[in-house]
Amino acid sequence: MNFDYTEEQIALQDTLRRFFARDYGFEHRRAMSKSADGFDRAAWATFADFGILALPFPEDFGGLNGNAVDTMLVMEMLGRGLALEPYLPGVVLCGGLLRDAGSTAQKEALLPAIAGGELMLAFAHFGAGGRYALDHVATKATPEGGGWTLDGAKAVVLAAPSADKFIVSAREGLGLSLFLVDAKAPGVSLRSYPTQDGARAADLRLDGVQVSADALIGPAGGALPLIERAVDYANAALCAEAVGIMAALNEVTLEYLKTRKQFGQPIGKFQALQHRMADMVIATEQARSMATLAAVRADSDDAAERSRCIAAAKAYVLQSARLVGQQAVQLHGGMGVTDELNVGHYFKRLTMIGLSFGDVDYHLGRFSDSLLAA
Amino acid sequence: MDLDYSVEESQFRAEVRAFLRDQLPNEIARKVHGGKRLAKDDFVRWQKILHAKGWGASSWPVAHGGTGWSPVQQHIFDEECADAGAPMQLPFGLKMVAPVIMAFGNPAQQARFLPRIVDGSDWWCQGYSEPGSGSDLASLKTRAVRDGDHYVVNGQKTWNTLGQYADWIFCLVRTSSEGRQQEGISFLLIDMKTPGITVRPIIMMDGEHEINEVWFEDVKVPVENRVGEENKGWTYAKFLLGHERTGIAGVGRSKRELKKLKAIACRESSAGRPLIEDARFRDRIAQVEMELMALEITNLRVISAEGEKKRAPGPEASILKIKGSEIQQLLTELQMQALGHYALPWLHESLDPAWSGDPAMPAYEDDAGPLSGHYFNVRKTTIYGGSNEIQKNIISQMILGL
Repeated sequence: MNFDYTEEQIALQDTLRRFFARDYGFEHRRAMSKSADGFDRAAWATFADFGILALPFPEDFGGLNGNAVDTMLVMEMLGRGLALEPYLPGVVLCGGLLRDAGSTAQKEALLPAIAGGELMLAFAHFGAGGRYALDHVATKATPEGGGWTLDGAKAVVLAAPSADKFIVSAREGLGLSLFLVDAKAPGVSLRSYPTQDGARAADLRLDGVQVSADALIGPAGGALPLIERAVDYANAALCAEAVGIMAALNEVTLEYLKTRKQFGQPIGKFQALQHRMADMVIATEQARSMATLAAVRADSDDAAERSRCIAAAKAYVLQSARLVGQQAVQLHGGMGVTDELNVGHYFKRLTMIGLSFGDVDYHLGRFSDSLLAA
Repeated sequence: MDLDYSVEESQFRAEVRAFLRDQLPNEIARKVHGGKRLAKDDFVRWQKILHAKGWGASSWPVAHGGTGWSPVQQHIFDEECADAGAPMQLPFGLKMVAPVIMAFGNPAQQARFLPRIVDGSDWWCQGYSEPGSGSDLASLKTRAVRDGDHYVVNGQKTWNTLGQYADWIFCLVRTSSEGRQQEGISFLLIDMKTPGITVRPIIMMDGEHEINEVWFEDVKVPVENRVGEENKGWTYAKFLLGHERTGIAGVGRSKRELKKLKAIACRESSAGRPLIEDARFRDRIAQVEMELMALEITNLRVISAEGEKKRAPGPEASILKIKGSEIQQLLTELQMQALGHYALPWLHESLDPAWSGDPAMPAYEDDAGPLSGHYFNVRKTTIYGGSNEIQKNIISQMILGL
């Protein structure tokens, strides 16, 4: 039982905190959000220098052998810094899938490039009509000439416009398979758009896209457990990001309560607002506990226990995030609903986390159903 | 970052579990699991059994006759005791007055009072609240006037939990009206057999006599029974409330009650199917279980920080009190709700362990209980020990500086 970060982890946390304070201010972020990529390529290169793009990979492939707790720490800092960069899709999800299921050749070719910041990946899995169900995949993989032809559509693929390659899930017969698809491959087309948080995503079409045999990641037809594991991992990471945002929102809200004056005194002197703030702090501490549980269990080999804990954590963290986000806006009054303060931007990112990779109902349902198995 | 117990801690858990299996009297555990009324003797007997093992005071240092356990060991001990159906060790002596005597009492007081708390000889109760001084405790009016080597105490205390059994009461009394009201309070230890003390029962809405009013009429208290300095009692009182809150997370007890809730939901039927298969009800269980999972980790975070820094519980304890009490209430509410129609019969006499009448509710072997009574009883938890609203004042003022 130990709730402390190691010295190395604390050093990394400090590095990231300093970076966001010094080089990634609110106005800079705003400008980057309006750029063509919707994020900062220079920041991405800096992340490579910091080593966080190599964090979850084995040392043999240029990685730092980090665990889910390391990822939690990074995600919390990215949350605080309100980073636009596609760390979750590129490193956590796609990097994690390659680490867990990639062939040695794939890992050698791709992981060092991801770690170095030269290769960006996006995870093209969800389709329209399936909501958050992981096994609802309509995209088809048809065997052809030793490889496959992929046909279908993918919905709201995060970071797709900047991706060099996609990891695409497709159905072949009864099972799901994962394929590495080049963004420039013939038959791949994107309808790109900004997302709530100011980053980018796209709907993806695959029309007769040819992939060769070595594009297959993991066993043909046996990808569902890999996807479940990767999405669990992503959800644990999102829990940590949400906690970072909640902590940041609590700080700015507390500051506002102490400085904004009405009726001749700081509004934080009013008990109605004090108790609201106390509720936000309690929700954040409880959410932090659940995010910790999610991170520690994300590396577990016991799939049922891993999923049970992460479902509970995500459902709980999202409920806390809704409370903290909405109340942070409320306590800022009119200023809270403007584009001018970072509060609204934190709130939009939290809202987006609440709708990504399963909402409260989805995860509460998963956790609730696990009670039947017990 | 590691949420698993160490090998030593797991061995310790096994040792506690084996002890409970061998030493916890069956008839007591049955009452606890069944939600029956516990007698004074049940509490005292269990305290004596623990004391004989050397485990009478899990939160005390060895020097005073405690176990010297780490906070994590204490947590394991609490969890196992709750799961096994051990009676709660009442906090008034062990966790409330004892830490004050250790920190602020003189050696004579420590030698006189502490051994009799840990061995179960003395039953303590609390004399804090007054009819006009609840959340605003510092406004208390019970007066102690110095008369030679005695104080003469007059006034009224209320909400004295199980004071009808008490040998001693620790009291906050007013010894001065000068200055701020917090600065005129002293901390007295009063023998309940002293002439002039009257205990009157207050019946709670579950029909039980758990709390009392205590009246003081010219009660003579030797000056040697004052803890610490005159007029410094408020400092000691705040110290005490900090200690009261840590145990109040009640994670072990709530885990036991969650287990019971699930058992009931598996056995109750709804339209011919087990109630647990009703997603709407199951989601409610899931929701409270999530709260409890979070609280367990928050509790461990707080106590492991205390263990490392060897410091007294801080204002974070307020978070544990708020969440712990809300969860306890929610669990009893769902247990009651799970019974449907049969939550309505009100057989107060069934709280008596000796009662063997028709329970007018589904017969559960070992966990039959007057569940609705339990629901009504635990409404107290968000009120006592500093109401949850007071806890939010503490958070906003002491943690957040508002």
